Amino acid sequence: MDVLVIGAGMVGAACAYYCAAAGLRVGVVERGAVASGTTSGGEGNILVSDKEPGAELDLALLSVRLWASLGERFGADRFELQAKGGVVVARTAAAATGLADLAARQRACGVDAVDVSSAELASLEPNLTRDVVGGAHYPQDMQVQPMLAAAELLRQARSLGATVHTGTSVIGFTRGGVRTSAGEMSARWVVNAAGTWGGEIAALAGAPVPILPRRGFVLVTEPLPTVMRHKVYSADYVANVASDDAGLETSVVVEGTSAGTVLIGASRERVGFDRHVSLPVLRRLAAEAVALFPFLAEVNLLRGYLGFRPYCPDHLPVIGQDPRVPGLVHACGHEGAGIGLSAATGHLIAQTLTGATPDLDLAPFRPDRFAREVVG
Amino acid sequence: MSFSFAGKEIVFGAGQSVGAALIAAGYRSWRTTRHDGAPRGVFCGIGVCFDCLVVVNGRPNQRACLTEARDGDEIEPQEGTGHAHLAC
Amino acid sequence: MPTSRADIAILGAGPAGLAAAVAAHRAGARVTLLDGAARVGGQYWRHRDGDNGAGHHLWSTLHRLRETPLDFRPGHAIWHVERTDDGFTIHTAAGEVLSRTVIVATGAYDRQLPFPGWTLPGVFTAGGAQALLKGHGVVVGERVVVTGTGPFLLPVAAGLAEAGARVLGVFEAGSPLGFARHPAAVARNLGKLTEGAAYLKTLRRHRVPFRPRRTVVAAHGDDRVRAVTVATLDDTWRVVAEQRIECDAVAVGYGFTPQLEIPLQLGCDTHLDVDGSLVATADDRQRASVPGVYLAGEVCGVGGAQLSLVEGELAGRHAAGAALDKRLVRRRTTLRAFAVAMHRTYPVRPGWQSWLADDTLVCRCEEVPVREIQRSIVDFGATEPRTVKLLARPGMGLCQGRVCGYATACLVASAGTRSVTAGDLLGLSARPIAAPITLGALAEQQVEEA
Repeated sequence: MDVLVIGAGMVGAACAYYCAAAGLRVGVVERGAVASGTTSGGEGNILVSDKEPGAELDLALLSVRLWASLGERFGADRFELQAKGGVVVARTAAAATGLADLAARQRACGVDAVDVSSAELASLEPNLTRDVVGGAHYPQDMQVQPMLAAAELLRQARSLGATVHTGTSVIGFTRGGVRTSAGEMSARWVVNAAGTWGGEIAALAGAPVPILPRRGFVLVTEPLPTVMRHKVYSADYVANVASDDAGLETSVVVEGTSAGTVLIGASRERVGFDRHVSLPVLRRLAAEAVALFPFLAEVNLLRGYLGFRPYCPDHLPVIGQDPRVPGLVHACGHEGAGIGLSAATGHLIAQTLTGATPDLDLAPFRPDRFAREVVG
Repeated sequence: MSFSFAGKEIVFGAGQSVGAALIAAGYRSWRTTRHDGAPRGVFCGIGVCFDCLVVVNGRPNQRACLTEARDGDEIEPQEGTGHAHLAC
Repeated sequence: MPTSRADIAILGAGPAGLAAAVAAHRAGARVTLLDGAARVGGQYWRHRDGDNGAGHHLWSTLHRLRETPLDFRPGHAIWHVERTDDGFTIHTAAGEVLSRTVIVATGAYDRQLPFPGWTLPGVFTAGGAQALLKGHGVVVGERVVVTGTGPFLLPVAAGLAEAGARVLGVFEAGSPLGFARHPAAVARNLGKLTEGAAYLKTLRRHRVPFRPRRTVVAAHGDDRVRAVTVATLDDTWRVVAEQRIECDAVAVGYGFTPQLEIPLQLGCDTHLDVDGSLVATADDRQRASVPGVYLAGEVCGVGGAQLSLVEGELAGRHAAGAALDKRLVRRRTTLRAFAVAMHRTYPVRPGWQSWLADDTLVCRCEEVPVREIQRSIVDFGATEPRTVKLLARPGMGLCQGRVCGYATACLVASAGTRSVTAGDLLGLSARPIAAPITLGALAEQQVEEA
């Protein structure tokens, strides 16, 4: 085997697909089921809008283009890929100013960001509250159904010769590969795509990477007709993502789905892997969603789910070969942007492993970039 | 006592649910599903299956089997999600 | 929205909950009894105002229990129960209740197996036909076919026949003569046999045929059911012969499965019971695995109303700190043995999957056909029901898998040539939101701090 990918979530699936498509012999090991980790707790965001200029935005711009290609290649309906665009809403003058400033800086990096007035917001989203100051429209933002996307990419990888082993845990690393619950597997490269558990895998390999969980909840409404045309979120979302606060941060994100349900996020808390439903979080998300879309007050909540975003202290993922352990490659730590960034991640990993020059400089995502104290 | 349903007067007894009254009046379905447009009425009769959804005084997604019929109610069949007026 | 306090909150006012509430009250506890319905009685004692008890069982017991003055809150459908430092906060559609202890007695509902045409209007669950008759005085049709498996088919058919419907037959998929393999359990519960015998007598009087090894494998019609195919089954439940019967209603049930939302919200242990249903695990004092939580009745194992009454009384007494009643414990043992014997007499056999066509809907809410479930297994390599749910959407609709959960788990296990596990059913059972609540109501909720 050339490449053994640890993790059959969105990022692992993308790595498997792009490596297989590049002619490498690929195996995937997953301790649970396909996409049973954070991928099944996500919303399916593929965004450029929520990223400050920098390495992550560059990654996102590449990834959005690759997602569009994947949609063309396999059929967007296969995984409910929708090029619906994003609308960011500012409800105070300060938020509007901050948003306009961010949009200008993003445009300078190649993002298609259009400033919109409150009147334009009303025609973009007729069901939105009229109590808004202004906003921005990002036509490049997309949405996908993450389970279907991961499953489909793995299926494509299998049709290119990859093997997928679910229910198989990695319990150690060897000179030439890994030791699993189903025996040893050898490979030239091992890709750590274990998401929120990427830190555990990295530690097993003797190359620690400081990935920690950041819990998020999503509310799901009863099915509705098309009530929102774009992904809609509040302008304080970006500040939220970049925050280091351990307490509860919420910033409303609302979008429709192909199935008709509306998904409502987003909350961020550092509570380890606590899986208990937190009613205060659900209440806050419900209140913020109703403030943005008043009709939601009369709509029933169907269910809620949670997931643990994998984050690194500097809010950038780890992508690329690990200089500390030959043959070890990382592709994890995407913190809430894993779905969107998976296509670029998989593509860049495949380029790296086939000796091609990666389309992006991977230095900002180096696995060994953390100061010793941080890793601990 | 009676309620209106799709323009007709449906007589009911005290304590009967909307679903029971509609069945007694000869109806077996009062909504269509959102994908196939298939007719549905009461299935489980005890509020578990959510098949018997009907619009009660303007509110959609009410389980007919659990909703006690009241004199003067306006009951309407439900199409799909029941929220068509929100579509944009 | 009001907030109230109690020592013990009892969730569900059927036989178990009512018995628990009375026992706890008599032992001196401050009790609040909650139910979503307008009356006590649950499913077993569904009745109308002015009902004289004819056609009901254990009616005098219901009366005796109802006489006890209790704090009963009707119309309090529970959407979430939360553990707090002081006990529990019970979130209902009509306000919050805080209590130190909870007794979960949320009962069970009909278990279903899909078959072609089962979504046609006029096809009811056996429990639904019963609820409409007993609770609302409505007969589901003029030519009714009663089918499925289990002793519950008899009272449903007898009730319909007594109410004037023409019951074309009781088509029981199993062969209950297997009951004879459990003589000891049966002998200690002769009263149950007489109950069954009485129903059969009623059916004979109305000339309703009882046919074992037969069941409805398809329903036919346009906007409602007009006919069914009744099959003769072999002992794995595969079809060996078929017959078409014209009818205007079907009442179908394949046993029962507990309402587990609240025990699961609280993190209680569950296990797979003898009948293949997922049930909450209770110890000999009716305690769940989570401190302060008690369980009684069908929620911790389907076993009938008498067992529910005994477990309710035990739970109520223990929750209130009263001493163990050895006589009650012995009665529970006897009744549980009988329940086990019943379950073993009426198993669900895997051949039912051969009745399905590719386009037979498995998930009624999301209209997911067999072919979509198979696609997620075959094309996407899904090996667990939770993965299938996330890919093909069975269990994602309004009923959140209550109706299709068991069938989906069976289909997935069978594709993996293995049996259904508790984990399979768990993956389709967790519901943080147990009853509908609007986003507006959730947003406005204020809960008094203790």
